Amino acid sequence: MSMHRTAFLLAALALTPIPALAAPTSEPMHFTSQQVELPGSDRVFPDGPGAEVVNNNCLACHSAGMVLTQPRLSKAQWTETVNKMVHVYKAPVDQADVQAIVDYLAALKPQP
Amino acid sequence: MNHAAIPRRAVLAGLGIGGLAAAAPAWAAGSVKLPLPGGPDTRDLTTAFPGKGSMILQRTQPPLLETPFEVFDQGVFTPNDQFYVRWHWASIPTEVDAKTFRLKVHGHVDRELSLSLDEIARLPRFEIAAVNQCSGNSRGLFEPRVPGAQWANGSMGNARWTGVRLKDVLDRAGVRTGAMQVRFSGLDEPVVNDAPDFKKSLALDHARGGEVMLAYAMNGEQLPLLNGFPLRLVVPGWYSTYWVKMLSDVEVLDKPDEQYWMKTAYRISDVPGANIKPGQTGFKTVPINRMVPRSFVTNLQDGAKVAAGAPVAVRGIAFGGDCGVRAVDISSDGGVTWSPAKLGADEGPYSFRRFEGDLPALAAGAHAIKVRCTNTNGLAQPMDRVWNGAGFMQNGVETVSLQVA
Repeated sequence: MSMHRTAFLLAALALTPIPALAAPTSEPMHFTSQQVELPGSDRVFPDGPGAEVVNNNCLACHSAGMVLTQPRLSKAQWTETVNKMVHVYKAPVDQADVQAIVDYLAALKPQP
Repeated sequence: MNHAAIPRRAVLAGLGIGGLAAAAPAWAAGSVKLPLPGGPDTRDLTTAFPGKGSMILQRTQPPLLETPFEVFDQGVFTPNDQFYVRWHWASIPTEVDAKTFRLKVHGHVDRELSLSLDEIARLPRFEIAAVNQCSGNSRGLFEPRVPGAQWANGSMGNARWTGVRLKDVLDRAGVRTGAMQVRFSGLDEPVVNDAPDFKKSLALDHARGGEVMLAYAMNGEQLPLLNGFPLRLVVPGWYSTYWVKMLSDVEVLDKPDEQYWMKTAYRISDVPGANIKPGQTGFKTVPINRMVPRSFVTNLQDGAKVAAGAPVAVRGIAFGGDCGVRAVDISSDGGVTWSPAKLGADEGPYSFRRFEGDLPALAAGAHAIKVRCTNTNGLAQPMDRVWNGAGFMQNGVETVSLQVA
């Protein structure tokens, strides 16, 4: 384990660009351009009535993790959230799908 | 400290196992249980995010990454690679060119500016230690629970910020008579076109006060992209919603900012501490603003077992909110009696400050340890937890239960 760890740290040292340090007061800061890759999520909402509607409408703007880790919320609270997504954050959700989404979310069992 | 995020992922990909989409994501690096009443309380730890070590995964996209609480026991400055991350919109530039980046300064000014990073770096340097805390830090601990990002106590961090005063930039543009507010926006954008771009505003006097700054470095290094490279607004003593990341646009306004992120979102009731009762209505609201004092035990976990008959060392961090720490007091009897803790080095009024104390030898049984910060304005943490429907501004006294045997 410790050998792996060491090899791993060496690899890290070799691959990580040297971070730009805030220079001493006499010298201006030197900036290094950044290019990164952000991880995506392939997590989908668990099966159940309306799951497909939720997957089709919600995952374009945000991954599922935070939704699935909400505490148990009432139908009124989920309605408020879904309405905010549609009316304030402009999620392109068919009005006909709103009720199905709310019903699905209100029936979610909080995961462990 | 774990610097391994990017290489680890590269190694996994190289071995051909990076693409496995099993129940546990390929980047899962263990999990953690957060003290969220009633659950769900299990979260993955992740090392998959660029510039980040092991973080608590609250959401992948847009990223919500919480600092594992044990990091706060290591010192008053939070390492950049474990500093929490919070974005509103998923359209985050993944590439920022330091040569072509420009900060635009416009609006009610004499001269519009378009400043390169090198031009900004030649302005007089300013440095300050300051806590950056999400408005909703500790939201997951609210009772009754409220919707939103279910943070435990780790959506906060303290860094030494280096950059330039906003005042110096505004002075170069020449603020015109009649200016009222200054509005800030970054390179991130909504995924949906007509959704409200994230913008925040400060009163002109506050913006020009000499402490609000544009940071190009945190803890001596340029900012991780996920913490706002190349520039981040730093508003010492105020909640992080104002600390706009990837800051690219500064607009001087001659009227109050009426857009969504000021007028509707991030509002609190104007009662002290934003503390109301569930169901309470009829209060006036104001934009969230100054932080309030907090303190945390960092060396003992809730439910820890300690030996009877021997003194117990207690160590932690405190901050005053919008001013310094005057005192931290510790109680080992659930808040009946208190004794002052010893304060560590003073890194400035907006920084975390270490405290230490020794509890007297405890008798066998359960003991509730409480810590309470009083700031230099004389404001002390409330004994009871704060509640409001948005899950903002928690600063009630923290309790750690010890099992003494």
